[in-house]
Amino acid sequence: MPEVIIITGSRKGLGKELCVYYLEKKNIVIGCSRGPSAIDDPNYTHYELDVADERQVVKMVKEVSRKFSRIDILINNAGIASMNHMLLTPLETVQNIFNTNYFGTFLFCREVAKVMVRKKYGRIVNFTTVATPLRLEGEIAYANSKAAIENFTEIAARELAEFNITVNAVGPTPIPTDLIKNVSREKMDALINRQAIRRFGTFEDLVNVINFFIDKKSDFITGQILYLGGVNK
Amino acid sequence: MLNKQILNLVIESLKEIGEEDKKPELLKVDKTTRLYGQNGCLDSLGLVRVISNVEEKISEILKKDIVIASEKAMSQRSSPFLTIESLTNFIVELLNSEENA
Ligand SMILES: NC(=O)c1ccc[n+]([C@@H]2O[C@H](COP(=O)([O-])OP(=O)(O)OC[C@H]3O[C@@H](n4cnc5c(N)ncnc54)[C@H](OP(=O)(O)O)[C@@H]3O)[C@@H](O)[C@H]2O)c1
Repeated sequence: MPEVIIITGSRKGLGKELCVYYLEKKNIVIGCSRGPSAIDDPNYTHYELDVADERQVVKMVKEVSRKFSRIDILINNAGIASMNHMLLTPLETVQNIFNTNYFGTFLFCREVAKVMVRKKYGRIVNFTTVATPLRLEGEIAYANSKAAIENFTEIAARELAEFNITVNAVGPTPIPTDLIKNVSREKMDALINRQAIRRFGTFEDLVNVINFFIDKKSDFITGQILYLGGVNK
Repeated sequence: MLNKQILNLVIESLKEIGEEDKKPELLKVDKTTRLYGQNGCLDSLGLVRVISNVEEKISEILKKDIVIASEKAMSQRSSPFLTIESLTNFIVELLNSEENA
């Protein structure tokens, strides 16, 4: 049976690739981003919204639930970053980052979990980054917002365990996308040198972890934060 | 009218959970039944299920997408989750204010 999967931040980057990947596997995918989508597939529906807009998120999730009567998997991929020294970071930047990364993840988890609770089944995957455990200088707001997501993941896992909903997070190393295109080569090399395995991550590395988390057999895996590249907390 | 409809949705939700969990006390509830808190028939997980159930029914039947556990609900002097009646009244109020928004 095809699974009903919500993937946030699906206009481009990893979110878009994830949509294409799960569509190829004959699933029903519902994506969202502030901009329009470029995916043309009968099993894909796109919502143009900001993940931090509570009204829009509630509307989207309730519509999806009415249409498909279930949501099996939620992949909270939407995220933004800002590379700046703390002293050069405007408050508004911090607020924007928390809006998209943390509040967006919170809202989607809350609304989708309501649907999953009724079915007593669900798989939620959140997105963190190696910048958080590495305490990466120059990415304070971004790393902080992901730290909030990590702790959220750990607590939500406990609150939803009773309903057979697992909540885990994947922490990618740098993977070449628009998100990191403005980071200097020097900074990137320094970051990659702190990994146990020193190379860029790939989409396949990421999807491998997500597939593990969403596998029906992974029902005893929850509240886990899994970093790529051999990075530890 | 709306009040009666919402009351029925709330009672229906409780009954569904009662049947699922084999809890006969949830099958014979009425307006005055205490929901949550002292002498309430639900624990916090039960309340979570009722709320998500009622939200879904409202979305399906009335095509209204509301969030019951709103700032307003949490800041009321007396909790809307106390009895079936208080929850019903709170939801009706929420729907009416959405209407006027
Ligand atoms: N690439 C990496 O090296 C790397 C490393 C570690 C972690 N990650 C994480 O991986 C996830 C995906 O990153 P990426 O590299 O694919 O980034 P990306 O190429 O910049 O794509 C971000 C996606 O999120 C959407 N988005 C951004 N803000 C949004 C909002 N407020 N509401 C709705 N959608 C929003 C964007 O579409 P719109 O602009 O149309 O909204 C876009 O589709 C992020 O959570 C990121 O933190 C990436």
